[in-house]
Amino acid sequence: MKKLIYTIVFIGSFFLGTAQQTPAGPQVEAISIDGATAHLGNGMVIENALIMFEGGKLTFVGSAMTKIARRGTVIKGNGKHVYPGFIAPNKSLGLVEVDAVRATNDQDEIGEMIPHVRSLIAYNAESQVVESMRPNGVLIGQITPKGGRISGTSSIVQFDAWNWEDAAIKVDDGIHMNWPTNFRKGRWWMGEPRGFLPNKEYVKQLEEIKHFLKNAAAYDIVGNSELNPAFAAMQGLFDGSKKLFINANDEKEIIDAITTAKENGIMDVVLVGGYHAYKVMDFLKKNNIPVLLQHTQSLPVFDDEDYDLPYKLPKLLTDAGILVAIQNGDAANFQTRNLPFYAGQVVAQGLEKEKALQLITGNSAKILGIDDAYGTLEIGKSATLFISKGDALDMKGNKLTHAFIDGRNISLETHQTELWKRYMGKYEGK
Amino acid sequence: MKMKLLALTLLWCGATLFAQDYFPDNEGVKSKNNNYTAFTNAKIYITPTQVVDHGTLLIQNGKVVQVGKSVAIPKNTVTIDLSGKSVYPSFIDVFSDFGVSKPKRAEGSGRSPQYKPSREGFYWNDHIMPENNAISTFKFDDKKAKELRDAGFGVVNSHIQDGIARGTGVLLTLNAEGGDSQRIIDDRSAQYFSFSKSVASKQSYPTSLMGAMALLRQMYTDADWYAKGNVDTKDRSLEALNANMGLPQIFAAGNNGNVLRADGIGDANGLQYSILGGGDEYEIIDAIKNTQAKLIIPLDFPEAYDVSDPNQASYVALKDMRYWNQAPANPKILAENGVTFSFTLNGLKSPTQMMEKLQKAITYGLSKTKALEALTTVPAQIVGKTDKVGSLQPGRYANFLITSGDIFDKGTTLYENWVQGSKNVVNTMDLIDIRGDYTMKIGDKTFTISITGKPGKPKAKVTQDSSTYTSKIVYKDQWMNLSFSKDDELYRLTGLVKDKSNPLTGKLVLPNGNESSFVATLSKPFDQNKKENTTSKKPEMVPITYPNIGYGYQSIPQSESTLFKNATVWTSEEAGILEQTDVLVKDGKIAKIGKNLNAGRAKVIDASGKHLTAGIIDEHSHLAALAINEAGQNSSAEVKMEDVIDPKDIDIYRNLAGGVTSLQLLHGSANPIGGRSALLKLKWGETAQNMIYDNSPKFIKFALGENVKQSNWQSFSRFPQTRMGVEQVYMNYFQRAKEYEAKKKSGKPYRHDEEMETLVEILNGERFISCHSYVQSEINMLMKVADKFNFKINTFTHILEGYKLADKMVEHGVGASTFSDWWAYKYEVKDAIPYNAAIMHSQGITVAINSDDAEMSRRLNQEAAKTMKYGGVSELEAWKMVTINPAKLLHIDNRVGSIKEGKDADLVLWSDNPLSIYAKAEKTLIEGATYFDLEKDRQQRKAITQERNKLIRMMLKEKEGGNKTQAPKNNKKEKFHCDSL
Repeated sequence: MKKLIYTIVFIGSFFLGTAQQTPAGPQVEAISIDGATAHLGNGMVIENALIMFEGGKLTFVGSAMTKIARRGTVIKGNGKHVYPGFIAPNKSLGLVEVDAVRATNDQDEIGEMIPHVRSLIAYNAESQVVESMRPNGVLIGQITPKGGRISGTSSIVQFDAWNWEDAAIKVDDGIHMNWPTNFRKGRWWMGEPRGFLPNKEYVKQLEEIKHFLKNAAAYDIVGNSELNPAFAAMQGLFDGSKKLFINANDEKEIIDAITTAKENGIMDVVLVGGYHAYKVMDFLKKNNIPVLLQHTQSLPVFDDEDYDLPYKLPKLLTDAGILVAIQNGDAANFQTRNLPFYAGQVVAQGLEKEKALQLITGNSAKILGIDDAYGTLEIGKSATLFISKGDALDMKGNKLTHAFIDGRNISLETHQTELWKRYMGKYEGK
Repeated sequence: MKMKLLALTLLWCGATLFAQDYFPDNEGVKSKNNNYTAFTNAKIYITPTQVVDHGTLLIQNGKVVQVGKSVAIPKNTVTIDLSGKSVYPSFIDVFSDFGVSKPKRAEGSGRSPQYKPSREGFYWNDHIMPENNAISTFKFDDKKAKELRDAGFGVVNSHIQDGIARGTGVLLTLNAEGGDSQRIIDDRSAQYFSFSKSVASKQSYPTSLMGAMALLRQMYTDADWYAKGNVDTKDRSLEALNANMGLPQIFAAGNNGNVLRADGIGDANGLQYSILGGGDEYEIIDAIKNTQAKLIIPLDFPEAYDVSDPNQASYVALKDMRYWNQAPANPKILAENGVTFSFTLNGLKSPTQMMEKLQKAITYGLSKTKALEALTTVPAQIVGKTDKVGSLQPGRYANFLITSGDIFDKGTTLYENWVQGSKNVVNTMDLIDIRGDYTMKIGDKTFTISITGKPGKPKAKVTQDSSTYTSKIVYKDQWMNLSFSKDDELYRLTGLVKDKSNPLTGKLVLPNGNESSFVATLSKPFDQNKKENTTSKKPEMVPITYPNIGYGYQSIPQSESTLFKNATVWTSEEAGILEQTDVLVKDGKIAKIGKNLNAGRAKVIDASGKHLTAGIIDEHSHLAALAINEAGQNSSAEVKMEDVIDPKDIDIYRNLAGGVTSLQLLHGSANPIGGRSALLKLKWGETAQNMIYDNSPKFIKFALGENVKQSNWQSFSRFPQTRMGVEQVYMNYFQRAKEYEAKKKSGKPYRHDEEMETLVEILNGERFISCHSYVQSEINMLMKVADKFNFKINTFTHILEGYKLADKMVEHGVGASTFSDWWAYKYEVKDAIPYNAAIMHSQGITVAINSDDAEMSRRLNQEAAKTMKYGGVSELEAWKMVTINPAKLLHIDNRVGSIKEGKDADLVLWSDNPLSIYAKAEKTLIEGATYFDLEKDRQQRKAITQERNKLIRMMLKEKEGGNKTQAPKNNKKEKFHCDSL
């Protein structure tokens, strides 16, 4: 007992002692960024651009040569680059603080089909991991529950907030499903080989999903005297107010998943993962399925595959005309600050830089359904953007001087920059 | 009745042949049968290479008396005429578990691992059981013995297949009669070893292959120490081990890498094991040959994968498809390379499978002589019993086979397997072969009967004009029963077969129930070779590559003279970055750096617009390994990563594609004192041994924090559980090492201790520590421990809080190898910051960026670039963090890590600034040989697609041909990190 109390006191003091940066107040004065290279996030780039925003919205995006009065504070942008805030789909940021400390983990509820479980209310707006996204330009995330067959419902948040209500951009945007795997890992502790074997339960698992979807579709909220929370939560999928994000990687899994979802009246389906999506591109196009591809900085799954297959997957799908964005759902949360470099990695495979940028901005916003306000630099949209000294998709250029969320000038300091300054101060005798 | 009679006869024979002289007999009067038996007119394989036609084999009292062309037959001889038949020595399997039962699996021991032994009076480790003797649990198994005899075996060497040191085996004949007193040739025939732990004990150590190897080494030195009388207490294991030293020593290795490992342990202890292989020896045949070990080779060639579903087929790796295709060539390749080997049934589901597998090996080119040697003379040599078994020379046991012809041919029948002069019938010998085409008249109908199949198990096809009758034939004990019918028209035939030229006669029952006699006339004799011609086509074998997996090369890359023209050269030296510069590579070294160099005969590569750097060096890697942690003890200084290198790891190739040329393969972080490192060059295609640096500097892994405290998994019993305890482990070990060395130097006898030897090396500055570390308190602690014992910590690896005590690190003189930006994965990395490298660098520490991860290491150039983002390190200094700085930390900076004349030509040609996310490695050279090349890579991809297609086609054919297949699977290797157990 004594030990337990110590633990509580200890952990408590750590989190209290190092709170997050204070969220910025609303934009009160107009801001003009003059002379930077503007990367719009829709494939366009404007050299020597002028960007102006007021009341949190972009009021001008165009050439700096345009004869127009600069409003409010003017930031000299010469030699610098402006980007829309990067968007991180399919992450459990704010749901887990320290991976190995169970007490800090809120990403995986028990249960197989639990669409009614909602991530938003557990989202920790003061997470130090979330805070560390911002200096790299990652300003928006889809906070996603993990585990089970249907993991729960996600919401989309911005990364500078007092609490989860402040943070929310789109509440309960989608439901997330893990499609059964065609091959499963050998249970080596039971004497099976360590590799992958055909999953003999696959058909049964698929039937379970169909059964659930059919019953959810047949469920009548109004006429039912007893609420079924799982079925109730699914209703948004059938009226188009929510999207279904299905994690599947193998070609057979992908085809089964999309077909099953469509056959059961689900209107908006997004493929997540999609490692072998490049093998079924015609199918995806025909069904108009966007893909949140697994991130590029991973190893090929199979020995015989091209060493650079994960690097080039987004290019293969982009070239085929499929709407693609990058997510890193299977990586640790802290890695999400490397989102710009996941996109940069594809450029070495021959994708144009501006198209690579779309993989973490404009395309992501479209797929998540927040493109009315976020993802690109366009007049009327939210002023969620940042200024970098150099090419933000390249490590050596990604150095932010300013970042804005809805026009609010947010802090780029973090727990980490504070420690940096503190100890450099120690050594430099400051 | 007849069978019973036969059995009685045999029993009687056996009893009289073998009753011991001094045993009383109360069932009659003593009578001894000293008659001879002669087998005449046979083709006799006295040995596989000594064959006589029309020879005579003369046996008496279970042994061979005489054999040859002209053998004088004594008067008291029973003669058996074997005209047209062949006689072979019966087979021997030296790796069997016949008659011994496997011990019971130990029950679980709760939530914490068991560190202590379960036994008293034996070696400290339960998995060392040389005191086990197979004879002590041996029970002759009649059913198994018959199965084995039916497959041609006369002798097996059986042992308890459990544990690392397994004790002795028992060599026995499979004589059905006479009892164990006759059968047992040697009850301590050989001593057995393996790398696998006993199932009978839960004792944790060793948890890894390298731990098993270290344990074996320590076991031998302890046995020596014990033998010299230095131990007061009783150790029955070591006593047994010592007592068994003179026996043949057999090691169950089980795959080609382990064959080399086992042989290495033998060499270090002056022993030559005979080694159980895995069937994959052909992949590294030169190294296998160099062991000079006699091998015991399984015949469990894999079945083809069922690839009829293209989606499922895509999961099967090329290497596994290849293994299906190539494995049957293993015996042939071993034989061609002069490796002495025997066959074993080990791995086969049933002895009946053996002949078919052997025939397959023969179609792949194995000579029949070698096949026979592997079943007779070689196993006899392995157990040192050539004077008793394995041939039919006079004095040997009368263990022999009688066959209808060449024993390895498909149509051949094995008639009898005689063991110690006692006859066992497998197939009736005097059976008349009734196969052939016959015609038979019944009334006005003429039937054609075509009999095919095996002589003892024929098949019949009955036709009349153009209509075929359904038919069934049974041929047993010389009686033939045939029935055939069409609709209601049923004919039944039965007859005793006694006339070779007119075999089918007898009684006929007509459709109406009336009986009459019949005679079927032989119209065409059976053609033995008809079917074989179509099946004995030599199979196509796909080429072996180095390594033998996808992306392996047809031959190992060789050093070439190369001139890189007009490159941007990142020297990682004072010279910095040189524009428009040439670099000449000769004899594997960097020969010259300058402008407008003369190519001479060197191959010229136009590098304009490209960047040439030294190869990347990863200070902290776990790729190319078969195991990472020996977690069975809190100190594992005795284990060596060099023991467990996996040269077939595809991540080697992928890392070359990311410009990595060298790495330190580190032990994991499970223990305060980990294992010894391997410093590797990523020479894709070379053997494990050839990847290790020559005169490699010596390193060892230490670890601090949560992993060694076992904080993040269920373990509560091992010391230390706190950082306080960690210090005490070090203090204790180094103190003991000091005392050990003092004793050693004093000249007094001392017990050689692998662990202590390693720690003494550290104390003397001969071995360097790379210590896994996170939190500043413990880092400080370890430096203080080192100060106390007067040595220096070489490197703190990970060192995520290094920035908090950079001043103290500078004072101690330790280097740092860190992650660029990892944090938040456990509690002790909550203060890990990406500015760490920059801060430490600013204070004058030699800083490297490391990976601990096979994915990150192939982008280590990008990770270095992050130090520019986080903390503003200059381009030049950032690049040094993955080249010359890790080289310095690893004490190999005199050879690699920079572009400097005289250094190894470990070079990478990049498409762009190597610190840019947009850069791609186009060529990667090690010692002047190109191990990765974008263009070659493109060709490899094509080749892999084609080869996969070809093998899939072949496997589909295999399935169509009615052969057995196995379900597709993907034998994926686990990716290792520090905490992989």
